[in-house]
Amino acid sequence: MNTVNDTLIPVLGVITDVRIDTPDVKTFRVVTPDGKKAFDHKPGQCAMLSIPGVGEAMFSITSSPTNTEFMEFSIKKCGCVTDWLHQAEAGQQITIRGPYGRPFPVDTEFKGKDLLFIAGGIGLAPLRSVINYCRDNRADYGTIDIVYGSRSMDDLVDYKEIVDEWTKDTDVHVHLTIDREQQGWDGHVGFVPSYVKELGFDTNKTAIICGPPIMIKFTLDAMIELGFDKTQVYTTMELRMKCGVGKCGRCNIGAKYVCKDGPVFRCDELDELPDEY
Amino acid sequence: MRKCSLSKLTDLFQKINESASLYLPATDNAGGAVYTKWADGVEYLDVLNTVRSPKDFFFPQSENLMEFKLKGKNIEILDIREESEDFVIFGVRACDVKSFEVLDRVFLSEPVDSYYQNRRAHAVIISMACMRPADTCFCTAFGIDAAEPAGDVSAWKTECDLYLKANTEKGAQLLAKLSNLTEECDDSEVSPLQEKIRNIMKKLPLEGISLENFGKGKTKEYFDSPLWTELSEACLGCGTCTFVCPTCQCYDIKDFDTGSGVIRYRCWDSCMYSDFTKMAHGNSRNTQVERFRQRFMHKLVYYPENNDGLFSCVGCGRCLSKCPISMNIVKVMKALGGEKK
Repeated sequence: MNTVNDTLIPVLGVITDVRIDTPDVKTFRVVTPDGKKAFDHKPGQCAMLSIPGVGEAMFSITSSPTNTEFMEFSIKKCGCVTDWLHQAEAGQQITIRGPYGRPFPVDTEFKGKDLLFIAGGIGLAPLRSVINYCRDNRADYGTIDIVYGSRSMDDLVDYKEIVDEWTKDTDVHVHLTIDREQQGWDGHVGFVPSYVKELGFDTNKTAIICGPPIMIKFTLDAMIELGFDKTQVYTTMELRMKCGVGKCGRCNIGAKYVCKDGPVFRCDELDELPDEY
Repeated sequence: MRKCSLSKLTDLFQKINESASLYLPATDNAGGAVYTKWADGVEYLDVLNTVRSPKDFFFPQSENLMEFKLKGKNIEILDIREESEDFVIFGVRACDVKSFEVLDRVFLSEPVDSYYQNRRAHAVIISMACMRPADTCFCTAFGIDAAEPAGDVSAWKTECDLYLKANTEKGAQLLAKLSNLTEECDDSEVSPLQEKIRNIMKKLPLEGISLENFGKGKTKEYFDSPLWTELSEACLGCGTCTFVCPTCQCYDIKDFDTGSGVIRYRCWDSCMYSDFTKMAHGNSRNTQVERFRQRFMHKLVYYPENNDGLFSCVGCGRCLSKCPISMNIVKVMKALGGEKK
């Protein structure tokens, strides 16, 4: 009996590094106790992290699959599990299981395409995985544009990596924006949807949007206005989850389960779902 | 087919219980029946439905999944799974037997739920034809024949005899063990009984329920129906319907601090509850209308869409008799046009 694997039984993970990204976002580096990656994943997939006695929650894996040494999770402090994680130090053990969900179609629909990533706030977390995957497999993709906005410059996740690495790549164009004027910021100021319209991208691009639901909604509207078709736009969804494999019933929308049929959806697929997310 | 005089029923139970634990409906001392572990003196209660469905055998109301020991920053994960005992469930109605198929589709699809699978693999199901179907029964709508229940062994009970027919290898093995207590007979001996049952079924008040308007591809048609508001108006969100339902299988996973460690357990949950979908950034189903709609849409549209047209309802009628406000799936189906023209 004990030899049968069950997805509900996690493995051990160790937090080896905690990076403070913003006032409410920290990035946790996780490996197994023997220093390896817990499992392989594809960009956009998620993992269940837990602290026994506190709870278990689903997080997108922020690091790229091309990182063979460790996994990273950028986590915003906003509930029981995340509060606990935010006070954890390096060396803390946690449990981890996964990977879960349908990844971004990096090996199929994205291949050879010019990519446009649009993120708002903590929405950069799942996109960082696919952005770095595409940067590491540069020859497989066309140009890469990244539009990223946050409340303030202090709330931009992965700011150092964006400035030190992404902006220095050839054919990677980073467009940052913050919601309100701020001392020390000479970049763009304004909300993401209007900035996207202002930048006016070529409609041959494949776009990936991730952020708060309201930001996704208005950005998608902006894209449609620019002439994009919903079949060219991908996004990720988030609902409460317990099992991660479409059995506990929580993340059910229509005939889909966000944990296994998502979290990545093409926007025309969302039209098929009842408006309940 | 084998038959056994009812006077030998205790001997039969005794014999079954020698090789595997036997469970059967017995009095709950409150006017209903509950699946009870058989022992000398436990009487089989031939009521139509047990108050709680037999889903408990495979998907118990609560079960421990694993344990953790915590020491400083370190965690130890303990796999506490154990091989299930061999057991026999006697007297499962045709509708409830069908509910196992509905649950199997969820728990035995990849990745297989090992907790459920373990118990399922160790069980032998002896079903029981319904001699007295009730006014709340509507299993025929789901293609279930109360006169020919499935299971590893099908059983029929008359005034003086119990008839047993094996449907699976497991069932045949069990009947082989009972050969000294039973005698061979012709299948046709239960035919008059079956005819009687089928005639009763045809005259039941819910005979007119039709599934024609439900199933795959009906999401858009029903989701925005104004009827949901009216139908759910009195719903208390108590979740009784989900707990007595043999096919409802939503669950929660929780941690319990024992003082010397943590037990992670699974327990039944209900889509009727306000915190079922509540998360840090909000709730996707904020109102009872939305939660009520979810339960019925899942049973009548979403589940069939994912499971080759199989509905997540078997017409057992438990929710009809237990809902405190007398709302139920039949009223919902009728309101949405699910009556034979």
